Amino acid sequence: MSAPAPRKPRWALRAAVAAAGVAALYAAGLGVQAGLIDYVQRILLISGINVILAVGLNLINGTTGQFSIGHAGFMAVGAYTAAFVGVHLAPHVAAALGAGGVADAVTFNLALLAGAALAGLTGVLVGLPSLRLKGDYLAIVTLGFGEIIRILFNNAQFLGGATGYSGASAAGLPPYTTFFWVFFWVIAVVTLIKNVTFSQTGRSLIAIREDEVAAEAMATPTTRLKVLAFTLSAATAGIAGGLFAHLQGGIRPDDFKFDKSIDMIVMIIVGGLGSISGAVIGGVFVAVSLELMRDLQQYRLVLYALLLVVIMLVRPAGLLGQRELGLEWFKRRRRPTESA
Amino acid sequence: MSLLALERVDKVFGGLRAVREVSFTVEPRAIFGLIGPNGAGKTTIFNVITGVYRPDGGRVLFDGQSVGGLDPASIATLGVARTFQNIRLFRAMTVEENVMVAGHKLHKAGLFSAIVRDAAYAEDERALAGRARELLEVLGLSQHIGDVAGSLPYGSQRRLEIARALMLAPKVLLLDEPAAGMNSAEAFELERQIRFLRDELGVTIVLVEHNMSVVMSVCDRIHVVDHGETIAEGSPAEIKVHPRVLAAYLGQEDEAAEARA
Repeated sequence: MSAPAPRKPRWALRAAVAAAGVAALYAAGLGVQAGLIDYVQRILLISGINVILAVGLNLINGTTGQFSIGHAGFMAVGAYTAAFVGVHLAPHVAAALGAGGVADAVTFNLALLAGAALAGLTGVLVGLPSLRLKGDYLAIVTLGFGEIIRILFNNAQFLGGATGYSGASAAGLPPYTTFFWVFFWVIAVVTLIKNVTFSQTGRSLIAIREDEVAAEAMATPTTRLKVLAFTLSAATAGIAGGLFAHLQGGIRPDDFKFDKSIDMIVMIIVGGLGSISGAVIGGVFVAVSLELMRDLQQYRLVLYALLLVVIMLVRPAGLLGQRELGLEWFKRRRRPTESA
Repeated sequence: MSLLALERVDKVFGGLRAVREVSFTVEPRAIFGLIGPNGAGKTTIFNVITGVYRPDGGRVLFDGQSVGGLDPASIATLGVARTFQNIRLFRAMTVEENVMVAGHKLHKAGLFSAIVRDAAYAEDERALAGRARELLEVLGLSQHIGDVAGSLPYGSQRRLEIARALMLAPKVLLLDEPAAGMNSAEAFELERQIRFLRDELGVTIVLVEHNMSVVMSVCDRIHVVDHGETIAEGSPAEIKVHPRVLAAYLGQEDEAAEARA
């Protein structure tokens, strides 16, 4: 026995499953809005946004084995872009489609994609020069990048400078971020990252993590692949940023400080570096624990540090290590015994 | 025309000339031995050929084309594959995945195909897994196909490195001490496999090895270096009795006698 022979894609079936999934998600969204108090809803939405951030960052830090600690910078680029584009696009879309839910959905998703695109482009620009660096050096460059982005926004007067950006209206950015859209994008991003990871591209990324010299000797285009991983990761952080902006109603440069990047590192380390399902668990874990520690505010970083130390002692590879939960995991686990 | 040629290749590290005007040519479908005492510069020569190091003088010609200055991935793509003296497997990946990584030539569908999981992606995965299975069969690793590479016994890890290198569909395969850490039964099996690669797969082999019984048995031509310099080249029979080789490489009379035995 060897790799699960991929079946011929059945597009009609897939379309049916996708349609059913969207309908179910929409119904669940209505249920959540009707049934859960705002506080719990908010934790759910933050969890979803964290999952997007963690799964994206894991592609660089876990799968490819590079160490980036400036991810809040990409999130900020996505957040500001989506907010700005959303504000300026909304009247035009409303004029074309008529004001209402459809126009809002179109505006919001175009804004999110714009945020993803600009964040991804920033990823290329940062990645091209810096991915020749390894380990600590790359970490320092990405850390510096995150701070530069924040300071740029701090000084960008047309985006509100240090007081932040919330559009022209006094009510702030429109609350586009709903349960449906957050989890629509969670599913889209997790599927994207999972399909990239379980492919020849993903195998090559893991090979870079495992032994870059050997990967090069096996004709792997290491620089191109690292930049690709960085770009995809940055773009997904951009999506998360756009969702975050329209959840908060306004964004400030201080929303994307260094500790935000650390939060993301905690998510992927708690879950297990290199595991997509681990990143999902880690994202939810950080959202919930942050809420529980809200009263402690400035002491939570101390608690995080303690938590990391405990995890390193008890489960050095994180909750899941590099394993995946789900059908693939069981197939993987079964294979050796079948072949024996 | 020779497949691989080194022309007066130099490699300097600071004040040390690790390789000094080394020249040799490897004919297609040869099994070419490169031997010498520890520190003679054999692995450095491999690193120059594969682009890990840039030669400080001279030229490396592959298929008539100069490859000096190309990066390792480009040289590997041209058809020069290698294994490593200090095993460099992708340890956390399965045996099969290790081999599949090197299958760029069978990988035709783009990233978009993988993302939408279309027919081209499925076809690619099938082709990669199929070829990996064939090569693992050749190297006698079929029973380990789903195992994590880092968990294999030492000798199997060395053979997995060979299978992975073959996945590049190379014209030349550089083997850096493939028999190191193998017992004599494994080494004997390795000899058979090396001949199989040449005879059945048409791969030209350059072999760095300290196990003299393997070298003398499989090589049809042997090049000897010491302190970065060529000291002899010839057939195994000639090398066994070459006075400079005996003096420099084998050193003492009793070891020379052992090598002859």
